[in-house]
Amino acid sequence: MSILDLFLLQIKIIALFGGLTIVVLSLVWLERRVLGKIQRRIGPNRVGPQGLLQPLADGIKLLVKEDIIPESADKWIYWLAPIIVFVPPFVIWVTIPLASDNSILAVNNMHLGLLFVIALTVVSITGLVMAGWGSANKYAILGGLRSTAQLISYEIPIIMVAISVLIICQTTDLKEIVDQQNVIPYVVYLPLGLLLFFIAGIAEVGRIPFDIYHAESEIVGGPFVEYSGAHWSVFYLAEYIQTFTIAVLITLLFLGGWHIPFISLEENIVLGFFVTIIKSYVVILIIFWFRGTFPRMRIDQLMSFAWKVLIPLSFANVIFSSIVIFYDIPLLVLSIINILITVLMGYVLYNKFTTPAKIDAEEMLRKARNYKLPEGI
Amino acid sequence: MTNQQSLNSVDMLLNMGPQHPSTHGVFRMVLQIDGERVMDVEPYIGYLHRGSEKLSEGEQYAQIVTLFDRLDYLANFNNELVFCMAVEKLMGVEIPERAEYIRVILCELNRISSHFLFYGTMGMDAGASTPILYGFRDREKIQSLFESVSGARMMHNYFRIGGVKEDLPSDFFENIYWLLEEIKQGVDQADSLLSFNEIFLNRTRNIGLINTEDAIDFGLTGPNLRASGVSYDLRKNDPYSIYDRFDFDIPVGDRGDVWDRYFVRIQEIRESIKIIEQALKQIPDGEITANVRRIARPPEGDIFVHAENPRGDFGVYLVSDGSDKPYRLKIRPPSFCNLMALRHMMRNAYVSDSVMILGSIDIVLGEVDR
Amino acid sequence: MAEEEITESVSEEEEVSEELDPIIVERISILENILSSYDISITSFLGEINIHIGRTDIIDILTILKNSPETLCNLFLCLSIVDYEDRFEAVYHLQSTTLNHRYVVKSSLDKDKPLISSCIGLWKGSDWYEREGHDLFGVIFEGHPNLSPLLLYEEFEGYPGRKDFPFNDYKEW
Repeated sequence: MSILDLFLLQIKIIALFGGLTIVVLSLVWLERRVLGKIQRRIGPNRVGPQGLLQPLADGIKLLVKEDIIPESADKWIYWLAPIIVFVPPFVIWVTIPLASDNSILAVNNMHLGLLFVIALTVVSITGLVMAGWGSANKYAILGGLRSTAQLISYEIPIIMVAISVLIICQTTDLKEIVDQQNVIPYVVYLPLGLLLFFIAGIAEVGRIPFDIYHAESEIVGGPFVEYSGAHWSVFYLAEYIQTFTIAVLITLLFLGGWHIPFISLEENIVLGFFVTIIKSYVVILIIFWFRGTFPRMRIDQLMSFAWKVLIPLSFANVIFSSIVIFYDIPLLVLSIINILITVLMGYVLYNKFTTPAKIDAEEMLRKARNYKLPEGI
Repeated sequence: MTNQQSLNSVDMLLNMGPQHPSTHGVFRMVLQIDGERVMDVEPYIGYLHRGSEKLSEGEQYAQIVTLFDRLDYLANFNNELVFCMAVEKLMGVEIPERAEYIRVILCELNRISSHFLFYGTMGMDAGASTPILYGFRDREKIQSLFESVSGARMMHNYFRIGGVKEDLPSDFFENIYWLLEEIKQGVDQADSLLSFNEIFLNRTRNIGLINTEDAIDFGLTGPNLRASGVSYDLRKNDPYSIYDRFDFDIPVGDRGDVWDRYFVRIQEIRESIKIIEQALKQIPDGEITANVRRIARPPEGDIFVHAENPRGDFGVYLVSDGSDKPYRLKIRPPSFCNLMALRHMMRNAYVSDSVMILGSIDIVLGEVDR
Repeated sequence: MAEEEITESVSEEEEVSEELDPIIVERISILENILSSYDISITSFLGEINIHIGRTDIIDILTILKNSPETLCNLFLCLSIVDYEDRFEAVYHLQSTTLNHRYVVKSSLDKDKPLISSCIGLWKGSDWYEREGHDLFGVIFEGHPNLSPLLLYEEFEGYPGRKDFPFNDYKEW
């Protein structure tokens, strides 16, 4: 590569870094405003117009905070943990294309892009365990153990669903996968796949309903409890970058990326870029909506949900998609099978949890109306 | 520091200390955990002990009402009511009708606001961030009504021996009818958000079970006892004040798990709304306080009076020696007794369940420690 | 031999009617039958039935009150310690959830060395009351497995519930 190419590469990397930072800042602001709307209050609205400079204020506050390091913490592990958590999500972005002309909007679109992405999401799990152990705090150790179990279990559905997408599109190059969806996005063929990837993605990032390992109300921060100031802000940023990554992956793999169905965009880069961003932000808004609505699951319920529900379904998805592709069955059969399984699963879960509770509630109301005073009155 | 004789070398001691986001006040429990399972729990109380019982031996009866406000600081009117009933029963004073109705309306409103706070903190313990804001929104509306009646949002000092301090403000009735509509919508909204959510059901069904015999043995009262299937509500079993004139239902659960305790309280909000509506129709005009001397001197004797607080059976044992200060004032707080059952409820629980179980007992440290 | 006396309460308002509620009279006679072999005296004041007993019979009488089908006191409401000039008094309030009535059992304790048996074997709900009684008054409950301080901190000296505790002059530092 010539000097000019290296120079252009540097520019692209710096632009990527800057773009990601701006996106993360906007996500922080957006989350707080959206949560405020759900909770019937205004979010931040003091710092800057409509509170847009709030993330900047938060960043400055976190940077100037005193960095307290516990005395019995293991220095090397304590210092390395945030780096290991923070760097892989950025490295993933080297290969994710955001518009059709990848010479401008991906630093290096690899042929094995999908594999690269999935391989690197696993690396940051180590950082969490190191944070938990290096903090010399019982709550941190508990959080670190929980996080390992959770994140490893929820990698498997992600990988399996990615494989089933791979079977349909026969390539791991992310740009090719998006270009094959220019008429029909893969959500039509694999709705169950989208659901599984979405749920497992939320669990990977560690958002409600799967944020037990850093839950505030129980173990007061989990592996992050002894980090303060700039150290902690690194973890915080990493979580938002991972959220954005999962949203963009969903957009690229299932929602058609920069294509709008039945409208050909004539290789228009700017419009394609905005279409991708808008689709990712819709997915992110749904993730924020979950945060405002749901309570969190307990660690053993989370694990049994992964191993008993998500993994079998994702394996079934792989099997069905390989059968359909191998025997050249029309792909709509796959979508019908997926929809059937989803409906069946929803029915089973509803009957297992909600129906007995509603029956009990009815019983309680009936007993209330016929309140029996004890004899002796 | 635990009182176990032999410490198992495998179990870890986890201290959910006096400062913790979900121990509902200054309460400390030491969990002995084996992985994620709780083997034993040792509660430590006394961080908020202010010596209320001893203090009251040096105060005149009218001054003790403020002390009782601060015991269960989420249900101020109910506490004041019990104390005033105790002294009035000793003295044989009969209270005018209007004062009785005002007392009942305010006590039931306080019950509603206390249960809304329970709902909010229950959602918070489970991890949902929205229910607490919904609960507090409705609580704020009730507290502004309290402010218009008694002058303070929380520590009211409004009941007096023989009646209440002042008559209701002139805009009370339109305010309260508006408020009741808002509360009805609020409780429906709250119910639809959390009560039948699959994740919440998973976190609360079959957790913290306590069956009927054990519940009575431990001295549980209030919604905790009713959730275990015992029909024991003092408003119906042993009516005090004017509760026998109202028609309302008492929800009684079946299994005694966390969800039953939660749902019983949500239903109680709806029943309290019914009581308030009936009271508003029946309230007469008249005096608001009986003809009692300003410095009350009950005759010698001792009396025990108890009433149905939002948390259970709040009792006062008053020993009087004829002077203007009580000889001995013993407070029977419901949360103190309910907390004794914590260890029994937490057998076979996970660490995450311990937070939910503690939240479902609904303790207030002000009355546990007095 | 059993010594029983029924005295009526005399308060300022109730001087007019001296006869008691017939329900209370009936309950008192039932109690006399059940507890006929113990040295007790039953009084009634403002609708409550107080049973004054000796210190040593406390466990037997409480067991009878809990188990006998006419009283069935299964809910332990309250245990208070009152510091009179010449004695301590332990006051037990018992409630029955099925029969919906309440009894008060009072037992005098020695002033110098207040000692009484613990009823934790009967109701688990009496656990913390006894710890609190020991903590604030210094009453020793025999048979209680763990009488460590409940409300006060461990290095506290003295019993603040007693009347001879210098409450207003007490200086901690």
